[in-house]
Amino acid sequence: MAVIRDDFVIAIRSAFLKKSYQQKFSLLTLLFLSVVIIILGSINFKPVQYVKIGINEIVYRSSFIISIPENYFKNLSIKLDEHLSLYDQFKKNETELKNLKEKKLNNNFLILENKKLRELINETLQSEDLYAKVLVDKNSPYLKSIILNKGSKDNVKIGMAIVDNSYLVGKVIEVNYTNSRALLLSDLNSKIPVLLEPLDIHAVVSGTGSNYGVIEYTKDDYDQKIKGKEIIVYTSGYGGLFKPGLPVGKLINDNKTNKNIVSFYSDFRQLDYVKIVSYDIGSGN
Amino acid sequence: MSSLNKNDLIKSLLFYLPIFFLFASVLNEIDLNYLEIEFFSFNFVHILIFYWTLKNPRYLSYGSIFLAGIVNDVVVGLPMGVSSFCYLLICAVTAYLRNITITPNFINDWISLLFTILLINSIQVIGLDFIFSIEVNYMQYLVNSGFTFIFYPIFLFLFNIIEKKIKIQKND
Repeated sequence: MAVIRDDFVIAIRSAFLKKSYQQKFSLLTLLFLSVVIIILGSINFKPVQYVKIGINEIVYRSSFIISIPENYFKNLSIKLDEHLSLYDQFKKNETELKNLKEKKLNNNFLILENKKLRELINETLQSEDLYAKVLVDKNSPYLKSIILNKGSKDNVKIGMAIVDNSYLVGKVIEVNYTNSRALLLSDLNSKIPVLLEPLDIHAVVSGTGSNYGVIEYTKDDYDQKIKGKEIIVYTSGYGGLFKPGLPVGKLINDNKTNKNIVSFYSDFRQLDYVKIVSYDIGSGN
Repeated sequence: MSSLNKNDLIKSLLFYLPIFFLFASVLNEIDLNYLEIEFFSFNFVHILIFYWTLKNPRYLSYGSIFLAGIVNDVVVGLPMGVSSFCYLLICAVTAYLRNITITPNFINDWISLLFTILLINSIQVIGLDFIFSIEVNYMQYLVNSGFTFIFYPIFLFLFNIIEKKIKIQKND
């Protein structure tokens, strides 16, 4: 029994401490170094943050270059899908266009009315837009995020909204000197305050890790209220990060689970250029 | 003379192929996510490190594995050092296996891989969820471990071919 234990200890010691086969470091040293890096990274120690920003700058650029072949195949597969569903898509678009033309007539009037009402309560809404290219689109199973080619030198700040055309896609969570990382709405850690229209129900859209979101923090009977209605999800503006009224997605019923899910308007797989937007809602009061 | 130089070049290129694969895959996150197959993902890096460090750690040095872990954390957005720690744990398991094994056995290695990826994914999930408060999808991790385990024999076959080529070049 003692011999078996001795063999085990010798094997473990040899595995962790021996610098075999031209290895410059022993395993134990590197494991210890990893733990030190994890601890230093979790506390906001300034020099470590600067080193982290430096590493991010180099790695993001390298990742962009290395990802070129994979991105090519990814785009090819998307294009192939689009070609195969061309006719169905055309028919769908035709109907949608007809509906949109009807709605547009009402919209112009509503925009003017909204402007007048804001002037009446002395509320101003100023926004600054900044266009950014998506450098790396790592739709990994663990974290749904994108790397953008604008950073602190372009006045990008944590919390700014990321918009694709006019649809919200996420927010900035990390800023380096020349680039930044944005967390997509589909990520498990994404929580956005929203408004379910036309019922005026406040809720939170939470990411699921898949390409859809779920509604959280509403009263239990909301399921009954929305039955049979077309519900559009907009940002509510709570928390002051996002402008109220940014379209997020549409509430649909998932046939498999029979649950209501948020189908995002923007296709996160096809983000090439996005807008980084900051809002300033001023009040005359 | 020129053929000698050419052979040297091919020899060094083949020798550094595992390191090239390692860095290319951490920078690129090769997991075929764009295929949009629900829940389908596997960890190529885990297979790569397990195979090459088990075979012979000369091909993949611990230092480069540590560095690849740091790069992976930056690309994926995990707290820095987490992946390095997990990758080095794979190396620890393979080093232990090499020490206790006299004749390598595929089934033993395959089961050891399952044990290793379950161990490191559990450490990663516990670390991210309970220490860093980053919400993770447990199911995704489990399925990812499953596919990594299933795909090992395929990559084992491919890596064996490469390893043979490296050995042949070395003997030349």
